[in-house]
This record gives sequence, structure tokens and C-alpha cells, in this order.
Amino acid sequence: MSETFTKSMARNIFYGGSLFFFLLFLALTFDTESALPDRDNRQAITEKVALGKKVWEEHDCIGCHTLLGEGAYFAPELGNVYKRFGNSTEAIVGFIKSRPENGIPGRRSMPQFNLSDEELEAVAEFLKYASEINTNNWPPNIQG
Amino acid sequence: MKYQSQAVAKPYFIAAIGLFVGQILFGLIMGLQYVWGDFLFPEIPFNVARMVHTNLLIVWILFGFMGAAYYLIPEETENELWSPKLALLMFWIFLVAGALTILGYLLVPYAKLAELTMNDLLPTMGREFLEQPTITKIGIVIVALAFLLNIGMTLLKGRKTVVSLVMVIGLTGLAVFFLFSFFNPDNLVKDKFYWWWVVHLWVEGVWELILGSILAFVLIKTTGVDREVIEKWLYIIIAMTLITGIIGTGHHYYWIGTPEYWQWWGSIFSAMEPIPFFMMTIFAFNMVNKRRRNHPNQAAVLWALGTAVMAFLGAGVWGFLHTLAPVNYYTHGTQITAAHGHMAFYGAYAMIVLTMISYSMPLMNGRKAANSNKSQVVEMWAFWLMTVSMVFITLFLTGAGILQTWMQRYTDTPLNFMAAQEKIAVFYWMREIAGVVFLIGLTLYIVSFFVGRNDPEAVIEEKAAA
Repeated sequence: MSETFTKSMARNIFYGGSLFFFLLFLALTFDTESALPDRDNRQAITEKVALGKKVWEEHDCIGCHTLLGEGAYFAPELGNVYKRFGNSTEAIVGFIKSRPENGIPGRRSMPQFNLSDEELEAVAEFLKYASEINTNNWPPNIQG
Repeated sequence: MKYQSQAVAKPYFIAAIGLFVGQILFGLIMGLQYVWGDFLFPEIPFNVARMVHTNLLIVWILFGFMGAAYYLIPEETENELWSPKLALLMFWIFLVAGALTILGYLLVPYAKLAELTMNDLLPTMGREFLEQPTITKIGIVIVALAFLLNIGMTLLKGRKTVVSLVMVIGLTGLAVFFLFSFFNPDNLVKDKFYWWWVVHLWVEGVWELILGSILAFVLIKTTGVDREVIEKWLYIIIAMTLITGIIGTGHHYYWIGTPEYWQWWGSIFSAMEPIPFFMMTIFAFNMVNKRRRNHPNQAAVLWALGTAVMAFLGAGVWGFLHTLAPVNYYTHGTQITAAHGHMAFYGAYAMIVLTMISYSMPLMNGRKAANSNKSQVVEMWAFWLMTVSMVFITLFLTGAGILQTWMQRYTDTPLNFMAAQEKIAVFYWMREIAGVVFLIGLTLYIVSFFVGRNDPEAVIEEKAAA
């Protein structure tokens, strides 16, 4: 780099630039927070949904599945599974409940988690809530 | 080695390499599960293998960063580490906590682990990369604080160079942004939004400062180029990193319930994120070309140049590939993401830690500058085997991702997830083979520490420098 561009100029760009863009990021975050109530389906967050999120987390579902496209890529997207399963929480409950204890020979299989009825309903309600978040039309189709 | 206390880096590096081996073994298990669905089922389900794979990665990179700091900071600040004892104590605490956590993943069902560690009190578990029990997270914070205290006190009483300052800013940022891992609201959108404050602001933010400072340090040492020149480059690289990378967080805010405008902010700024990586490549090659001496540790120079190239390819090019919102609409959460993640993490963070180990280990083992020729030849073989196989892992996953995107997303007649997965199985097989080659490379890497130990140090004939 040329001699006219000095180290202190570089340093000032670093401190000034980082500070400016961090503040801009905070401003955008603030704006996002105020826009979220219309988009994030928060009115649907009941105690049951909150319990469902905890069940989701405590069985590390994200370790195989994606949820709104984030997670692992080993098993299907679940952000829209409620819709894919015909807008049915019972179908979700039925699927989770019926996983064979020892898997399916040669194939990927979801573990049998032996969830209680309350937990099953809660996690299904959580997935229903997730499917109604405004995701700017993602995923592109029902297959996720 | 100029200061006795720099030697505390050694156990950190040894632990890092050990955990790296574990990471790769579990990677191979997962790779196999992709094509042999019930492999080790139900004993080690995929999600458990994945937690072990990714958590070991994070932990070994953190060991590497801490080791690098314990080596680099005394030398840069020109005084002994504030407290080598504290550094050793924290080493054992971190290692035991890490090992217990990994054993917890493997030995009890995750829900049981959550119960045993009282996740109810402050639920933070079960989110990607942040699966650690809350108590482990608190342990990480304590280790990080003790570490920062140690490094900070060393810096305060010594010479303040740009390299050490940038490293400390990066490490402080690492600790600060980790605190967001304790924020886990019921609102999924908010949970995801702030989860990225840990994950993105780490790997596409403050970690790059640590990467830059280690690279600058090794280049100063191995090329003999004037510090002023290198520090100016370092400043401008990390300036571009944060100028593009902070708002670049927006490329994660396209489809998770956040407003549409993030598609603009995220696309524009993250499209510029390759710039600092490209500058880093130019920088590394420039400095080596302008070298004032030929350092006998040619393996370390190779790792440094390799880091610059692979970080640019993995983080820069493969990141750009799917960062624009209209592209990401189709590729989000597919094997394209996995491809990018593999090469970016290896190229930027695994390789920079290996660069630092390559430079400093011979010195900590009592060599004047470098290992024997024989040892370096084996190490360079390991470099090429690991690096080339990682390129192939990335290419195969990219192939898988393109087909997956095509069949499952970019079509009027989308296949369901598993149907698409079965059609791309051949790519997963090839990825697994490339993974085995990677393991061979890693094995050779470890072998390189044990060969030619009694041989004389490698020397460079000075005619080459003329």
C-alpha cells in the first residue's frame, strides 16, 4: 500500500467504520423489534406453545431438522410441517408417536422419544405457531 | 521462545489437536449415516453425532485461540504472562468441562442431560451450536473472563502493539457476544434473531479479528517484513471485515420472520464480505514475496498462505454463492449451506490455529526456529491431504446441494425431502471417501510431531534469498 495511506488512517477507518456500522445495526435491530409484532405470530404463543418450544429444544430436534431453514440438513424442514401434514396437529402427534424404537433397517429414522401426551400436543402446537410466522413466503413450496 | 510463560500454550494446542481428531471421527460417523441411515442407531442418533462434531469443533478452535493468545501476547507485549498458573488452571477447567459435556451428549439422552443439568432454571439448551447445558455455558463465561483478565493484565503492563490490541478486541468481542446465548425467549423469531448475534458476529465478525492478528503475527515472524506495513494491512482488513460483516448479519434475516428490508441490507453488505478475505490473500502473498529472510519453518509459511487462500474460497466465494436473497430463497438450509460451512470453518479457523501451532510448537519444543526437514515434509503432506480433501468435500456437498435445490425447490413438481436425498446419495458417498482422506491427512499431521525429532533443524541456503 502506498505511503500516502498511513497506518493511522487505516486505524481510524477501523474504529470509525466499525462503530458507525454497529450503531446502524442497532438502529435496524430497534426497527425490527418494532416491526415484529405484525409478523412473528406472537399472539399465538400460549403456555402450551412455550412448553412445545422447550420440548423441541430438550430433544435437540434442530440436530437433524431445519426450522425456518436453520438447523441440520439430515431430516425435513419443519417450519411448514403443520401445513404439509394437512393443517393437522394430530398428524404431527401421530408421526412422532409412531417412530419405531429400533429405527428402520437401512434408512434414516427419527428416534422414539417416548413423549407424554401433553408434550406431544405442545410440540405440535409449537410447530403450528411456527408455520404461521410471516417468513416472506419461504419455503418456496410445501416440501420445505 | 522468548518468554518462559509462553509455554502454557502447549497443553492448549495438544488438547486442540486431540479434540480435532474426535471432531473428524464423529464427522465420518455422520457422513456414513447420511447414506446408511441406521448406522449406530439408536445408540448414537445423527443429532447426537452432530452435536459432538460441531461442539468439538468450537471447543478445539477456542483452545487454539487461547493457546495462540498465550503464546502471542507475551511476545508482542514483551513481558511474561500475568499469571501462567491461572492459565493452566483454566486449561484444566475448560478441558474437564468440555469432556464432561461431550460425555453427557454421548452417554445419556439429551432430554435427560437437560434434566440433570437443570435446564429448567434457565433454559438455553437445544439450539444449534449452543447445545451445551446452561452450567457449561456459565463455565465457558468464567473461563473466558479469567482468560481475558490474564491476557488483559499482560497487555496493560507491556508494549501495546496493533497485533496484540486487535487480538484482545477480538477475544473480548468473542466473550461479549457469547452472552447472547443466555437469551432464549419463547418467541421463536426473537430467539433466532439474537442467536445470530452469537453465531454470525462470532464467525463473520470478531473471530476474523483473531484470525487476522494471528496471521499478522506469523507473517511478521516468518517474513521479517516491517511491522508498520503489516499492521497497516491488518487494520484495513479488519476494518472491511466489520464494515461489511456487521450489517452482513442481515443475510440470516431473510426468512425467519424479520422484515423484508433485510433482504436488501443483507444482500448488499454480505456481497462485500469476500473483500476482506480477498485482501487477506493479497496481503499474505505480498508479505511472503517481500520477505527479508527465508524462514526455515517452511511448513508454517505454507499454512499461513493456505489459510489466506482457503478462507477466501470457503468464507468468501462459497459464502457469496448463496448470500444474495433471490438465490438464498432456493438454497437456504440445503447442502449448499453445509458445503460453505465446511470449507469456511476449515479454511479460516482450523487452518489459522494449525498455522499458529506449526509456527510455535517447534519453538516450545526447544528448537531455535523450525522442525527437522523430515518432520516438515510429513507436515506438508498432511497440509495437502487435508486441504485438498476438504476442497473435494466442499465440491461434493455443493453438487448435492445444487441437485437438492433443483429437485426439491426450483421446480414445478417438487420431490419430498427424503426422495431428493436418495437421488443424491452418490455425492454423499464421495464426500465420505474424501472425509477418509482427510482423516489420513490428520493422522499424518500428528505423525509429523514424532518423526525426525532427533534430526537437526531444517536450514535454508541463503542463495535462495538473493
